[in-house]
Amino acid sequence: MKKWNLVIDVAKCFNCNACAVACHDEYCGNEFPGYAAGMPRLGARWIDIRQREHGQCPMVEVAYLPVTCNHCDDAPCLEAARDGAVKKRPDGIVIIDPEKARGQRQLVDACPYGAIWWNEEKQLPQAWPFDAHLLDAGWTKTRGAQVCATRAMRVLHVEDEEMQRIVREEGLQVLHPEYGTRPRVYYQNLDRYTKAFIGGTLAGAIGGVEECVAGARVLLKRGGQTLAETTSDPYGDFRFAGLDEGSGAYRIEIADDRFAPQAVAAELGRSTYLGTIALAPRAAARA
Amino acid sequence: MTLSETKFAALLYGIAPMLRAKARKYPAFAARLAEKDLTVQIRTFDGAVARHIAFRGGKVASARGLHPRPDVTIGVATAALGARLFVPWVDHLERIEAMKNFNFTADGPDELVVWFTQTLAMMMTLGWEYGTDVGDGTKRYVTNTNGGPLFVYVKDGRIVRLTPIEFDAEDARPWTIEARGKRFTPPAATTAAVHTLCSKSTVYSPDRLLYPMKRVDFDPGGDRNCQNRGVSGYERISWDEALDIVASEIRRCKTQHGQGSIMGNHGSHHTWGNIGYYISSAHKFFNAIGYTRVVHNPDSWEGWYWGAMHHFGYSMRLGQTETYSLVEDLMKEAEMVVFWSADPEATSGSYSAHEGTIRRMWLQELGIEVVHIDPYYNHSAALLGGKWFAPKPGTDTALALAIAYVWITEGLYDKQYVAERCAGFEPWRDYVLGKEDGVPKTPEWQAPETGIPAKDVRALARRWGTKKTYLGAGGWGNGHGGACRAATGIQWARAVACLLAMQGMGKPGVNYGHLQWGTPVDLRFYFPGYADGGLSGDIENTGMPISLYQRMPQLPTFNPSTQRVPRLQIPEAILEGKAEGYPWNGKTIEGQFQKFVYPQAGHSPVKMLYKYGGASIGTMTDTNRYVKAYRTDKLEFVVNQSIWFEGEAKFADVLLPACTQFERWDISEFGGTGGYALHAQTQMNSRVIFLQHKCIEPLGESKPDYQIFQALASRLGLGAYFSEGMTELDWVKRLFDASDLPRHISWKKFLKKGYFVVPPLAEGRRDPPSLRWFYEGRKKDVPEPHPLPGDYKEEYGKGLQTQSGKFEFECSSLKRFDPDDPERPPIVRYLPSWEGPRTAELYGKYPLQLISPHSRFSYHTLSDGKASAINDIAEHRMLVNGWYYWVLRLNPQDAAERGIGERDLVRIFNDRGAVVCAAHLTERLPRGVVHAYESSAVYAPMGEPGYSTDRGGCINQLTPKRSIAKKVTGTAANSCLVQVVPWDGSGELRTAAREAAPAKSAARTAQVPVFAK
Repeated sequence: MKKWNLVIDVAKCFNCNACAVACHDEYCGNEFPGYAAGMPRLGARWIDIRQREHGQCPMVEVAYLPVTCNHCDDAPCLEAARDGAVKKRPDGIVIIDPEKARGQRQLVDACPYGAIWWNEEKQLPQAWPFDAHLLDAGWTKTRGAQVCATRAMRVLHVEDEEMQRIVREEGLQVLHPEYGTRPRVYYQNLDRYTKAFIGGTLAGAIGGVEECVAGARVLLKRGGQTLAETTSDPYGDFRFAGLDEGSGAYRIEIADDRFAPQAVAAELGRSTYLGTIALAPRAAARA
Repeated sequence: MTLSETKFAALLYGIAPMLRAKARKYPAFAARLAEKDLTVQIRTFDGAVARHIAFRGGKVASARGLHPRPDVTIGVATAALGARLFVPWVDHLERIEAMKNFNFTADGPDELVVWFTQTLAMMMTLGWEYGTDVGDGTKRYVTNTNGGPLFVYVKDGRIVRLTPIEFDAEDARPWTIEARGKRFTPPAATTAAVHTLCSKSTVYSPDRLLYPMKRVDFDPGGDRNCQNRGVSGYERISWDEALDIVASEIRRCKTQHGQGSIMGNHGSHHTWGNIGYYISSAHKFFNAIGYTRVVHNPDSWEGWYWGAMHHFGYSMRLGQTETYSLVEDLMKEAEMVVFWSADPEATSGSYSAHEGTIRRMWLQELGIEVVHIDPYYNHSAALLGGKWFAPKPGTDTALALAIAYVWITEGLYDKQYVAERCAGFEPWRDYVLGKEDGVPKTPEWQAPETGIPAKDVRALARRWGTKKTYLGAGGWGNGHGGACRAATGIQWARAVACLLAMQGMGKPGVNYGHLQWGTPVDLRFYFPGYADGGLSGDIENTGMPISLYQRMPQLPTFNPSTQRVPRLQIPEAILEGKAEGYPWNGKTIEGQFQKFVYPQAGHSPVKMLYKYGGASIGTMTDTNRYVKAYRTDKLEFVVNQSIWFEGEAKFADVLLPACTQFERWDISEFGGTGGYALHAQTQMNSRVIFLQHKCIEPLGESKPDYQIFQALASRLGLGAYFSEGMTELDWVKRLFDASDLPRHISWKKFLKKGYFVVPPLAEGRRDPPSLRWFYEGRKKDVPEPHPLPGDYKEEYGKGLQTQSGKFEFECSSLKRFDPDDPERPPIVRYLPSWEGPRTAELYGKYPLQLISPHSRFSYHTLSDGKASAINDIAEHRMLVNGWYYWVLRLNPQDAAERGIGERDLVRIFNDRGAVVCAAHLTERLPRGVVHAYESSAVYAPMGEPGYSTDRGGCINQLTPKRSIAKKVTGTAANSCLVQVVPWDGSGELRTAAREAAPAKSAARTAQVPVFAK
């Protein structure tokens, strides 16, 4: 049967928070028996947007990661729940029962994604219920997907096999697959958030004047092996993205006919901007 | 009896039975009839036709002839006129002409006159159906806000949810643009800004003002205790008491002090609509009572209005160029877009939600390069990527001059265009090359100013000089916000205008914009914007005379007072009794040169303040000044008409609770501004016009602004003049009739459905791109009715508005005004900021440059504070120890030097004030620059208001009051030096000097206001 899935493109999220505020609008002040009790006016972010900055001024990138209930197929909260307080619907949606879950604070701790919020006033664990009450009433997308200006958030109502095909074709990922929870919320371009880059700026004297060195060949190497190759842009900038954080030592080799070859060592923790790399003229190198 | 007499008599005869019939059918109308006991006489002047109608305990009786003691007498000159005026399809022009010529008169208490005429009018609107049933007892209404339109789902009288509008099958589809072999169509839906999407939380905010209130220690007949404003609490009073106090204070000021003693001050944009909005009801009311007008500076246009305009005209757009069909031209022709001090993803084109966002997502698909020049790696940069240059705030002019230097020395500009379409290039070229002052403006010259390496400037200049490039300047692309709101704002706008002229502005692929303005919507469909004046009758200070006054004839209004105060100098006007300024007058280039002074000859100083809308404390500069101005008996009376109890509402003597726009009727267009932002609808993907339904009843005892003004006007005998005897809904219908809507949709359907999508122009009928006519040396061919016909030089429609009709590198208008003004010389030169790194002594004390752009998540103070949903957005406020603090951004190294960590509470201060913020450490700022939005709705002084640290987040306390330049009146909020230190919990104000001195207890902190939680 067709099931619900959410796909979030990290490259298109710019932290406008429309999805988070639409979620607040839907659940704060409203009660949907069987689906969700009202959300507190302040302090709950059922759709939360986390952010990470990569690099250093002036070479920076910012990535945003909307995090919400993953509606896991092997949901840890389901196991932690007593008295059937959490149920998995046949269409994939996980519902924390607003009556049965009262007092079950352990559900908050059970979610490894931090997506279950404790409602102090109602003594109730709460999470985003995939707007199931709307979908059941005929809506075809969630509030968050409806307000997303960049179309970073998509709702897919497809068979699981079809979803897996889309996952493969579009290279979708889930958060922490190692948890084995099998989330139904998928991410596109997740590397933007999780991975790191090494970048730098090339400069050198051209005609006696210091200029940005464009068009230089830049190699990323490790242990003698070339991992990637790029060309510096009109501003002399180069960037190798998609590297693992904390992946250690790299060697950057720069080749340009006008300048002496140069190599720079880099130690990658988080994303690193190497700053301006001054290239020496060929003649000077020979001398 | 003549035929006319018979007709008129029959019409009058029909009124009472009609009233009774409607009352039987509509209980609410029966209740209305029971509100008053009165007798109304309607008669011709000669008494030939006369009938009186008596209302007693809800019963209506009527008899022919003259009544001996009617409460209200409505007279018409002749029966023929009466027969025309007492029909539902009345011609409004004839009706107001009859009033103006004393052929249609009303005698009796104004309140009763208005009650009777509105009651008659109401019969027409009873039973009107509106909204769409969506099942389970939920109705879907429609409204429109300054952040986009909404469907409003309502159940049991309460808002359930708010969503954007998704077009239905019968709505017109949006346009398609074909570019580089691909077809691009925006979604058939509207977008909404976050400050709009959170509206349910602000409508039902615990900070709503639900009842009229009076400060507990304010006694209009005795001790006023003005010094306690901002400290004392409030008590609930009745509407009658509140209105009586305000009306009697208006009367008292006029009789005791004379003309000019009442100041009316509205904020901008706290609601939306053509009827109930500020350039409509508020203008009409203030004009009707006579007031000292607060003159707004062109606060988002500053550098363009005072500067760039002198190079190319466009005074009617306040110095921003025309914006037609630029989306298509950019998409088809441009190779690069330079975003300069432009963050459209944060500022939403002011009122156009996220309409431009989807278009900018196309840039990558089109393979168009982008560059961002902004001290902050802003949200547009974060989304779109591209090369980022971060000049020190206020130094952008030096960067621009160096770019010009490279172009001139390397021949990378359009020499033919400069020769044929421009004037005065040589003196500017000589200045740039250093022939004039011995200082060539080389990339090396600018490096220590801007902090940008010379090589980067050369690379940018060569890229720009060899590619067809759009300059996206400011939030609208042709200006607006950012670097133009700084001490160097005039220079910056002028310098980049010169750059674009050098590249041939108007050439295919060379123009202003970043896909924010210029969609191919149909601009020939008439629907007025809010700045066209609505029902204000104000033909002097709105866009009304152009079209709306003819299409919706109405009683004109004129302010009898000519006294004016610049908004940025209200405190000086009150405290020091003097102020002066240069006006916001876009009719001609020269309009800005006419200096005005306060007090105006023969006028009273301001003694009463009528505040309406958003707060000054959160939006103006050096705003402790405003706090101090409130706490003095020089202001004898302060009334604040506000939706929420926040900010400076806490400084009023009497509070009048206004309702939100969800609780009243109005009519408007998505992003429809009119006036100085003509054709702003080209920011939208579709033109959509809205009937703003009254979705819910006003909360508590709050009322629509229109009704508050009307009730006050009635107490002054001006109610009939103010309202023309009509309700808001009548005005909404009247404006509908005045627009082009009736030719496309029936009133009945529009009322029910709530919106109409204007079909876009067919592909072959689209407007030509802006300034192509100028580039090609033709007559103007875009649908822009500017400049004034008399402002063309050689021939109507030919050339620009400047004296030469050309782009002037050397400005004739500035030469005429003051050729020796060092701050605004005829050619643009670089003059370092009067508050910045080059002001050594101050920079020594306050070594951080603060930029304070418009908030990304609130609209001015509209959605901030008040327990709104946006408080939980960490980029907006951070929850630390139970308090939502404003966010200050700073570079991690600057933070480390000061011992500041992420989320630490810090005190940001200078000699003007201090604010506690939560720190966010970010590489999105270079060292030496800190960033905090302006527009906090919360003002929470920790000691005596005006003399203590604010925990609310009013960053505007820190920004300079000084005008950009001496001979202009403009805000330089982005020229601001500060220091940031970890907060020690003190509420004391400590300047750098006092910080250095040994600590001593301050008497100022002794008095803790009740509002500091």
